[in-house]
Amino acid sequence: MLRVISRRLVQLVVTLLALMTLVFFWLRSLPGGPVDALLGERATPQTRELLTRALGYDQPIWVQYGRFLKNVVTGNFGNSIRTGEPVTEVISRAFPATVELAVAAIIIAIGLGVPLGYLAARHRGRLLDNATIIVTLVGISIPIFFLGYLLKDWLTQGLHLFPPSGRISTGMDNTDVTGFFVLDGLLTRELDASADALWHLVLPAVTLATIPLAIIIRITRASVLDVLDEDYIRTADAKGLRNPTIRKRHVLRNALLPVVTIIGLQTGALLAGAVLTEKVYNWGGLGTLITDSIGGSRDYPVLQALILLAAAVFVVVNLLVDLSYAVIDPRVRVR
Amino acid sequence: MTRALSDHKRRRIDELIARTSEPGGVSLLRDAGRRLLRNPTAIVGGTIILLFLVIAIFAPLVAPHDPIQRFPELTQKLTVDSIPGATAGHPLGSDPLGRDFASRMIFGARQTLFVGVLATLIGLLIGVLLGALAGAIGGWVDNLLMRLTDVMLALPSLLLAITLVALASRSTQWTVIIAVAIVNVPIFARLLRGSMLAQRESDHVLAARALGVKRRDIVLRHMLPNSLTAVIVQATLTFAVAILDAAALSFLGLGDPDINRAEWGLMLGVDGVRYFEVRPELAYFPALAIILVALGFTLLGESIREALDPKNRR
Amino acid sequence: MPLLDVRDLSVTFERRGTRPVRAVDGVSFTVEPGQTVGLVGESGCGKSVTSLAIMGLLPRRGNKVTGEVRFEDTDLLTLRPKDLRDWRGRDIGMIFQDPLSSLNPVIPLGVQVAEVLERHQGRTRQAALREARELLDAVGIPDPARRLKEFPHQLSGGMRQRALIAIALACKPRLLIADEPTTALDVTIQAQILTLLKELVDDSGTALVMITHDLGVVAGLCDTVNVLYAGKVVERAYRHDLFAEPRHPYTHGLLQSVPRLDVDRGERLHQIRGSVSDNIPWPEGCAFAPRCDRLVDDCIGETVPLEPTFRGGALRCTNPVPKEVAV
Repeated sequence: MLRVISRRLVQLVVTLLALMTLVFFWLRSLPGGPVDALLGERATPQTRELLTRALGYDQPIWVQYGRFLKNVVTGNFGNSIRTGEPVTEVISRAFPATVELAVAAIIIAIGLGVPLGYLAARHRGRLLDNATIIVTLVGISIPIFFLGYLLKDWLTQGLHLFPPSGRISTGMDNTDVTGFFVLDGLLTRELDASADALWHLVLPAVTLATIPLAIIIRITRASVLDVLDEDYIRTADAKGLRNPTIRKRHVLRNALLPVVTIIGLQTGALLAGAVLTEKVYNWGGLGTLITDSIGGSRDYPVLQALILLAAAVFVVVNLLVDLSYAVIDPRVRVR
Repeated sequence: MTRALSDHKRRRIDELIARTSEPGGVSLLRDAGRRLLRNPTAIVGGTIILLFLVIAIFAPLVAPHDPIQRFPELTQKLTVDSIPGATAGHPLGSDPLGRDFASRMIFGARQTLFVGVLATLIGLLIGVLLGALAGAIGGWVDNLLMRLTDVMLALPSLLLAITLVALASRSTQWTVIIAVAIVNVPIFARLLRGSMLAQRESDHVLAARALGVKRRDIVLRHMLPNSLTAVIVQATLTFAVAILDAAALSFLGLGDPDINRAEWGLMLGVDGVRYFEVRPELAYFPALAIILVALGFTLLGESIREALDPKNRR
Repeated sequence: MPLLDVRDLSVTFERRGTRPVRAVDGVSFTVEPGQTVGLVGESGCGKSVTSLAIMGLLPRRGNKVTGEVRFEDTDLLTLRPKDLRDWRGRDIGMIFQDPLSSLNPVIPLGVQVAEVLERHQGRTRQAALREARELLDAVGIPDPARRLKEFPHQLSGGMRQRALIAIALACKPRLLIADEPTTALDVTIQAQILTLLKELVDDSGTALVMITHDLGVVAGLCDTVNVLYAGKVVERAYRHDLFAEPRHPYTHGLLQSVPRLDVDRGERLHQIRGSVSDNIPWPEGCAFAPRCDRLVDDCIGETVPLEPTFRGGALRCTNPVPKEVAV
């Protein structure tokens, strides 16, 4: 088991390094190189040369690459071009907002998706099933940023049920401990801050959850239907077991195996969806950071670090999913 | 002892056998096609796509106006917080630049089809080529190509597209198409490789090899055609994702900068959300069109997959 | 009084967009307490569907079941599905063809045996597991204490089928239905499993319905045999009568197509012409007619009735094999 994990970890690190290498050389291969990209085409030759030297671009490419690798490994990503702050600082400030949003979204997607998918399968071919299928199909066909605007338009402007944007009401006196506002409120017993943050979280989380939710419903439904057709369910019926026992012990556990994989893959969709959702609700997390670093002049140091972070999160989550498989499915357990 | 069987009884037997038994030798493909036509989901999906294609192809005949012409009667009434709705001659009113919105919607079908089809096709071609190479050659080629797909798959698809466009020096319509296409390369490559590997050990390939069929012919005649059904299904589903991704890129300001281009994703992602509070119809119509078309392709793709699944035969 | 009395059992598959198919067509037979009864026929003759219909295990969607399945005084077909669950596993056990797919891959073997005891005999998990160990021991699984914690994929095919037998017999049911229990196993293991089954039913007095296409299994095990063809019983007889004097041309053909050691080398093995796809529908005559060597005019035109022969036997044929021709 340990050997499997360590092999996967090595593979993972190699993949990430390869990704960063590709990004590095891509940037260098742009016409004019990163300096042009940073300064735009109208910069004077003097400033251009100054920056070239300051960033070390006058040195041979392999020296640059070596330094780049050393920086990546030591977590030094330089300073943001837009604000001048260290990239790590910019990112760690935005990180909790996105995690809070993504966690809320995945809770909604799993919490609703698995039961709904299961119910649809049990009522196969009937109204509930057909309605669920149609809703999920629309769910994966709708541009989620449009859904975000729609929800915002209906539920904030029209009905004033939820705040239209941001993570917390302006003027709310909240203490920042972890950066997760809902959690902070609980920790510092500022329950009003916690509730306010939660209230702000609802619409963005629902928007972000839409696609994972639709997909989890569909996979759960298909998987339950597959399991219900299995011979061992017939055996369980032949034993005279009661329906609830069969469902809990025999159907659900087997049916959840493919769902776990899909949840891992959906974390990816969440990261991408966060970029769109955060822009709609002006959320101020990593997604907003990505949008800001690509708008206007491109903030390559920040972008580089964000790409690495997103890839790292995605592959690590999928590694965890594979490992959790070993816990629920004895067939992949390594003896 | 046994009495001879009379002719009319013999005929009766033949008649009865003919009535009960299915026509023999139904091919997998014809069988799948028959099930597809019986499936209402496939019919709905197919109808949507057909309608979409007809509008896209005959856009100049269907549209009342030129999609890039600015009409004085519309521009005059444009203000910061008001965009004219339906008027005589302009059934859907104006867009933010005083152009006929209905015509832009109709021509939008054409551009959307263009972006979706090209992004899908380019991704499919490169992916299938890489996957076939990996599956047919194996060894270090396979290893290298698969590590490459690992790297591409390390980023979630839309993020990869965003990265690709952001890393390009400046955005054009082609940047978007190619970025969305590249995102799909690893998916097609893995799909084809997996299917080829599964077939390499299968009985029909072993039989062909035992008969001394040349390796190139085995790959081209026996393995590729069988893998392609899965690719077709994936391509149908990819089309839906491609136009959604293109819309998302437009929304993030990474889309086609050509202000004359009428493409639904662009119309929704740029003007649609910018003027959402002023005139939400500018978002509703392209969004609805995108949802419908994406739905159509998803429905068709899923029903083809279902029809081809041997588990669902009979 | 018979233990199981199946009367006029019919099963029709009704699937959307296809013609309804009558898979089981008025099957009747009885099983006395402690008796072993064979249901024999080639694949597609309806023998497995019959067993599933008796157990109430056919999905309700798309299957229409009519007739009576009397278990002692109760017609199982009239029970509510929920109540039928009290009978299954307790009074009637069943074992299936493919032991690997019939066991849940993610649940330890011990729990899969124990749960049937917990359900029907109110045992606690611990007591049930203790008993499960004895059961595994009784069906000849070595080192049962260790096997309890293992998963199905860790067992051999023969072990898995033994485990399924242990599950089916855990509550000492009065009837056991075995649906091709040896088909998926190696030949050497087949014999072991059949011997085990025979010992177990003989010792416990459990009646056994043996469903098989293998006449060798029938010869070694069954008291009476029902031969099924296209969803109907075509011949019923005591084992010895059937093997000595098969009367239906189909049974006759089946017996002749078994390879034998006591015939000259080079003699061709008998085969039955055509396949089940050549059948004609029963109401129009004998379904077997197009494949039959003894086809006559009377075989076509109307349903051939099942007529009683001697010693509780029965035969559905207009032109049966004469007794003196028997093998």
